[in-house]
Amino acid sequence: MSAAELERNGETTVLDEATYAELREIAGRYPQPRSGLLPMLHLVQSAQGRITPEGIEACARILDLSAAEVSGVATFYTMYKRRPVGDYHVGVCTNTLCAVMGGDAILDRLKEHLGVGNDETAEPREGDARTVSLEHVECNAACDYAPVMMVNWEFMDNMTPESAVQLVDDLRAGREVHSTRGPRLCTWREAERVLAGFPDELADEGPAAGPASLVGLQIARERGWTAPSEEQTPDEAPAAEEAGSGAKGAPEAEHTEDEREAEDMPADKRHVDSPDAEEDAQ
Amino acid sequence: MSPTLTPVLTDNWDADRSWTLASYESRGGYRALRKALGMAPDAVVEEVKESGLRGRGGAGFPTGMKWSFIPQDNPNPKYLVVNADESEPGTCKDVPLMMASPHTLLEGVIISAYAIRAHTAFIYVRGEVLHVVRRLQRAVQEAYRAGHLGTDIHGSGHDLDVIVHAGAGAYICGEETALLDSLEGRRGQPRLRPPFPAVAGLYASPTVINNVESIASVPSIIEHGHGWFSSMGTEKSKGYGIFSLSGHVVRPGQYEAPLGITLRELIDLAGGVREGHELKFWTPGGSSTPLLTAEHLDVPLDFEGVGEAGSMLGTRALQIFDDTTCVVRAVLRWTEFYKHESCGKCTPCREGTWWLVQTLAALEKGQGSEADLELLLDQCDNILGRSFCALADGAVSPITSSIQFFRDEYLAHLTHGGCPFDPAAATAFATQRRAAGATA
Repeated sequence: MSAAELERNGETTVLDEATYAELREIAGRYPQPRSGLLPMLHLVQSAQGRITPEGIEACARILDLSAAEVSGVATFYTMYKRRPVGDYHVGVCTNTLCAVMGGDAILDRLKEHLGVGNDETAEPREGDARTVSLEHVECNAACDYAPVMMVNWEFMDNMTPESAVQLVDDLRAGREVHSTRGPRLCTWREAERVLAGFPDELADEGPAAGPASLVGLQIARERGWTAPSEEQTPDEAPAAEEAGSGAKGAPEAEHTEDEREAEDMPADKRHVDSPDAEEDAQ
Repeated sequence: MSPTLTPVLTDNWDADRSWTLASYESRGGYRALRKALGMAPDAVVEEVKESGLRGRGGAGFPTGMKWSFIPQDNPNPKYLVVNADESEPGTCKDVPLMMASPHTLLEGVIISAYAIRAHTAFIYVRGEVLHVVRRLQRAVQEAYRAGHLGTDIHGSGHDLDVIVHAGAGAYICGEETALLDSLEGRRGQPRLRPPFPAVAGLYASPTVINNVESIASVPSIIEHGHGWFSSMGTEKSKGYGIFSLSGHVVRPGQYEAPLGITLRELIDLAGGVREGHELKFWTPGGSSTPLLTAEHLDVPLDFEGVGEAGSMLGTRALQIFDDTTCVVRAVLRWTEFYKHESCGKCTPCREGTWWLVQTLAALEKGQGSEADLELLLDQCDNILGRSFCALADGAVSPITSSIQFFRDEYLAHLTHGGCPFDPAAATAFATQRRAAGATA
């Protein structure tokens, strides 16, 4: 990459001393410094616009690892970029649910509109204030707002091909854009700094919850449904023998039941979000 | 009649600035912490055990029992790690919880760490949810300032530091031992067990790893008692849980209800399947749980009921697909996901998911023959149960279940010479378009 290109990407060829100090600070947060590597790599991206060889060397030196070891970690995770992304990194969820709900159509439209393939940065046009890059992303835990897009890892909910085109045009023009469930969008490098564990002051912006997050609660409010009060439930007896006699009347003390439960569970549990079933074998 | 929905975790999500400490405490937040600190740690463990709370990350292992596996005579520090790496396709409950009420989780973390006698706790949150990371960071700052964290918490003699740790994009890190490797600054690859994390987890020290919703449920159990918690739910699946409806329903979103509610009840609350269409297939708990169909609408959504129906409750990620959806397309996309996210450690998963994609992609284009369905099932048979972790097992779930229920649809791709469905008809904006077209 030429010096001019580096310049254009806002990339500094030298990690300054302040960044070094922050990298060391991250390592110092953990009982064992190596635990800081992921946030340290986020900070490298914030400082340099991508994972640079120099950033890898810096992490390696601070953590007393080889550059190959750090590189092996950096290449494992999809959020680490070896090539610069745009000021706004635009993700379109194309995992099954969002794809079916329109994510595929949105991604196709944006590829065409921006003239890019996956994980590429669009050529800046005359007069563009900011750059955008495009990537298809996996499920981002917002399925009730499908189809979902992410900009610098902020939610853009309930998108259409038209609203997606408008979004990237607004971003390129430098207009102020807000996440549907978050603050005014910051740049990718600013976002990476937060992920490195250096908070910005935007936590209080945006709503508590989007509309879909609240639908069940609203129905419960309308119909007067609540969780039972303590008075409606059996007395909380301190004596162990009373324990477990819930309203539905489990015949035996529940810890006995639990233990049998554990033994009954099949060893080949399927992968789930937190597959803690492996303890079954204990 | 008992209420259909029972908001507990979601109850404060509509409060003004619900994510702040002030809002949380104004509704009784951190009362459970003070109560817990007045109990012996073992009594807290016992209370959670008695409640019957089972892991809300999908596997359903009893939470209190997991805590009791921590060997307290082990001289190493004990650690609590919250799995906030919510990534299972369709799962979208922990992220809105942490966004709207990070203090519910944090109060649970402090109580749980006290129970297992951990002085350092980590919240491993996926990096792709920036505003959630912000809200967690802010909540931790506020909790330190209020004395809920730090040294000698409220005069209890208990010390606790909480570190919010952002991941960097890898589904596999939702697997608890891969998460630990990742938290140690390595590639996220699952570990062989035993030893289990309770004995040798983070830094080879005793470690409890729990899902966000499990930990967030703890304050309510401590405050109201195990009898209150276990008065909800079914015989072996106690309590409430957040059910996440997405896809082709009128009002997708979060519905908190006692375990054992049925999809028929939930879809009814959600305004039904999109007008003019019928339910075709659904996942009970994310893409790794075998697909179910309209014949399973009355299955009780608890660990036992869904298990008996041939699937798993998982994360209660109810992805609803109507008759416009091509099941082969849906399954191929999930399979591509598993191939991409396989960490590469175990050969059956790394190579097997690649071959599954090849075979499925050809079928989706109408290439191949009926024998390829048997080939697919044979591949699945060579993958299931043959890897360190359950990612590969999850990868075969949509394939085997879809062939079981929709074999004819696979064959239709062969006779049709490709996909017989119009993908535009399945989109969320298809109806808007039609309506717009009609008035034009």
